[in-house]
Amino acid sequence: MRGVPEKQLLDGDVEAYLALQQKKELLRFLTCGSVDDGKSTLIGRLLHDSNVVHDDQLDALRRDSAKRSSAGGAIDYSLLVDGLVSEREQGITIDVAYRYFATDRRKFIIADTPGHEQYTRNMATGASTADLAVILVDARLGVLPQTRRHSTIAALLGIRHVIVAVNKMDLRGYERSVFEAIRQEYQPFAEKLGFASIQYIPMSALQGDNVVAGSERMPWYEGPPLLAYLETVPFARSRDLEALRFPVQYVLRPDLGFRGFAGTIASGVVRPGATVVCLPSGRSTKVARVVTYDGDLAEAAAPLAVTLTLADEVDVGRGDTIVGAGEGRPRVARSIEADVVWMNEAPLRVGASYLLKHGTRMVSAEVSEIHDRVDVTTLERHPARSLGLNDIGRVSLTAARPLVFDAYAACHATGAFILVDRMTNGTDGAGMIRGPGAHEPGASATGEGVTAEERAKRLGQNAAVVVMTGPDHVRQEELARALERRLWDDGHTAHVLEGRDVAALGVCQRLGLISIVVAGVGQASADPSAAPGARDAERVVVPSPDASIEAIVEELRARGVFRS
Amino acid sequence: MSASLTHLKALEAESIHILREVAAEFENPVMLYSIGKDSAVMVRLAQKAFHPSKLPFPLLHIDTTWKFRDMIAFRDEFARANGFELLVHTNRAPEAQGVNPFDHGSQRYTTVMKTHALVQAIAKWGFDAAFGGARRDEEKSRAKERVYSFRDRASQWDPKNQRPELWNLYNGRIHKGESIRVFPLSNWTELDVWQYIHLEKIPIVPLYFAARRPVVMRDGALIMVDDERMRLLPGEVPEQRVVRFRTLGCYPLTGAIESTATTLPEIIREMLLTRHSERQGRMIDHDEKGSMETKKREGYF
Ligand SMILES: Nc1nc2c(ncn2[C@@H]2O[C@H](COP(=O)(O)OP(=O)(O)O)[C@@H](O)[C@H]2O)c(=O)[nH]1
Repeated sequence: MRGVPEKQLLDGDVEAYLALQQKKELLRFLTCGSVDDGKSTLIGRLLHDSNVVHDDQLDALRRDSAKRSSAGGAIDYSLLVDGLVSEREQGITIDVAYRYFATDRRKFIIADTPGHEQYTRNMATGASTADLAVILVDARLGVLPQTRRHSTIAALLGIRHVIVAVNKMDLRGYERSVFEAIRQEYQPFAEKLGFASIQYIPMSALQGDNVVAGSERMPWYEGPPLLAYLETVPFARSRDLEALRFPVQYVLRPDLGFRGFAGTIASGVVRPGATVVCLPSGRSTKVARVVTYDGDLAEAAAPLAVTLTLADEVDVGRGDTIVGAGEGRPRVARSIEADVVWMNEAPLRVGASYLLKHGTRMVSAEVSEIHDRVDVTTLERHPARSLGLNDIGRVSLTAARPLVFDAYAACHATGAFILVDRMTNGTDGAGMIRGPGAHEPGASATGEGVTAEERAKRLGQNAAVVVMTGPDHVRQEELARALERRLWDDGHTAHVLEGRDVAALGVCQRLGLISIVVAGVGQASADPSAAPGARDAERVVVPSPDASIEAIVEELRARGVFRS
Repeated sequence: MSASLTHLKALEAESIHILREVAAEFENPVMLYSIGKDSAVMVRLAQKAFHPSKLPFPLLHIDTTWKFRDMIAFRDEFARANGFELLVHTNRAPEAQGVNPFDHGSQRYTTVMKTHALVQAIAKWGFDAAFGGARRDEEKSRAKERVYSFRDRASQWDPKNQRPELWNLYNGRIHKGESIRVFPLSNWTELDVWQYIHLEKIPIVPLYFAARRPVVMRDGALIMVDDERMRLLPGEVPEQRVVRFRTLGCYPLTGAIESTATTLPEIIREMLLTRHSERQGRMIDHDEKGSMETKKREGYF
């Protein structure tokens, strides 16, 4: 019972003990190392020494250790986590194995990434949820290409804190110079990766030096052993923004009187009364309540899962994002540039179309450009025409609908996405957004106003006017509404103008809308000037009074109103 | 920002996210309710996820007909008091042939009464997603299990066809007839579950608490004589002992432990001080090496 204050428990003050336990934080970390660096031994020892291993498992461990003579009769801790060997033989895809242990201060989740062929994919998966990476280096071998690869992938996936565990120090006589040489080789390379902290720890996972207990054999090392460091390292998620990001996940409507937007706060803080904006619609409103099963909250922060009610009836649904009204708005764009980790045998190519899942939104997206591929060993970027299995490269994608996002470096939850194959439904790629795509209107905007071309691109259409004519006003209006609905459902932005509203036609045209004008009672003439403002419009369609919706849509298409 | 967030709050938020994601993306989800402590936590998390609405899916209990009587009583009252829709399914075919936990070995019995029954129920109601309360810390082979675990049309787990899971972006796309098992408690440990039950005052089956119960010692395990169907071997005489259960299942296959723990803090203390793993009480795991793996392929959790 090593990790638990046994005495306290036995003394019977369990409540006090539990109160202490409930203040624990959660730290997720990733372990990376080449085969035989001692990763399993290290994890096994952490689990063992923090009391996750029970006696029945320990008995089995002793039996199995005895069978394998490699450890010379001593307990072989690596057997505790060896559950993956047989699976590898069976050809099972294992990305990551998760292990759990806790001390009085923190609960830990280890993402243990096995396998060397699939290393990038596995590491990316494990790193996606990790706050910190432990990178193992064999003291005899020093910094290897593999070490650089692990570090680069960790950095790309946004891990900010790194521990370089220089293992097997026992085989190099616990020599300080060995450790220092490795540190000096690693440091210049790591500086290019921009980690917030790097801790170097000399250890022997096998002998237990500097894992849980300190080491008398390395008095020259003044830092903490691994576990003590893990228990105290500050890891405040600098990746989170200050500003509110709340992707709506699910709409709760238990009765007519309640309409709640359920979701997980991706960043920032939300409070009742705060002004918020719903994107991509841009409607602004106030938060009415922050609802939870345990009562309303006066304040909730990431990463809590809550339900918001809004002061106004706003049309918000799954896939929309509620954000703070102040500074630090996310980008809204259909085209994005991202670093993509490719995880499928079939390569990623320009022109291919995927389902892109970003936050709670799933949209169709096309690969518009592949810029380069990263050599994860040297950090160099090389031109590339495709990305193969385990490649990482920079890619531009164009989505069918606008995405509301931040750069991954600023906020993981609103900057990450996966790419799903339409046929196999497999998860083929994972992406980290860098910003709007080069072709996105506004990408390079520097203070100048928004152009008509930019608007047209955003809306996927050119401004146009459809003038309804015919003797029957009721029929005109019916047809106008049906057309409006049809265009809307097709993803266009169309609206009906009648009566005095027709005066606004000019403004609507400048905004890039498709305006459907109901000209007026008895208006039978085919003269577009019947609608003031239509004269100046670039694209005017005046269908015959008995035209079908289909025919009108065709006519609009022929006039180049729809941009795809 | 997250500095003040406790690990239980973080786990709770993660589980709620998973529950909502499935409810949003699947047409016909169901929650497997095993009546045990993990199920109790999972149902509470679902209540939290959809409050103030009702659960947007039913609970499903696979009843082998050999569960402890206390479990069934608890189940029915739990569903009634909370207004849950409760579905119960039993594989009747083998029962008619007299398949029982005494004659058929725990391995075969479990395959038929739990694994097959679950596959039947999923087909019968056409569920496309089923929540289960399994945790990755339960045993070594579960450590690499995904949160979304895919099953083909025959409800089989295809180990070569599991998808990488990054961030909290779960890929719920399936073809018609396929389904997924979802494990919202993946990252919880046994201690987390007990702490949460304590903190949230979640009701659990009384069998978890120590009481005088009639038991016999069989193959090194204390088996409770829960009803008249219990077959006593020659020389076995039930005796009253103060025992409790760390895990609940079919009574002839579930070993009790001697204990005087009658409160949650006492249970937690015992759990922390005990030197045996939770699954030891479950006889199915000992049957054959890698048995969990085999069961999973067949559709068991
Ligand atoms: N001398 C020595 N051997 C070690 C140490 N750590 C691990 N080993 C040995 O290195 C071998 C590979 O270790 P293992 O933990 O299985 O490595 P993994 O492949 O990275 O998981 C085993 O024979 C271990 O006993 C160490 O600190 N010192």
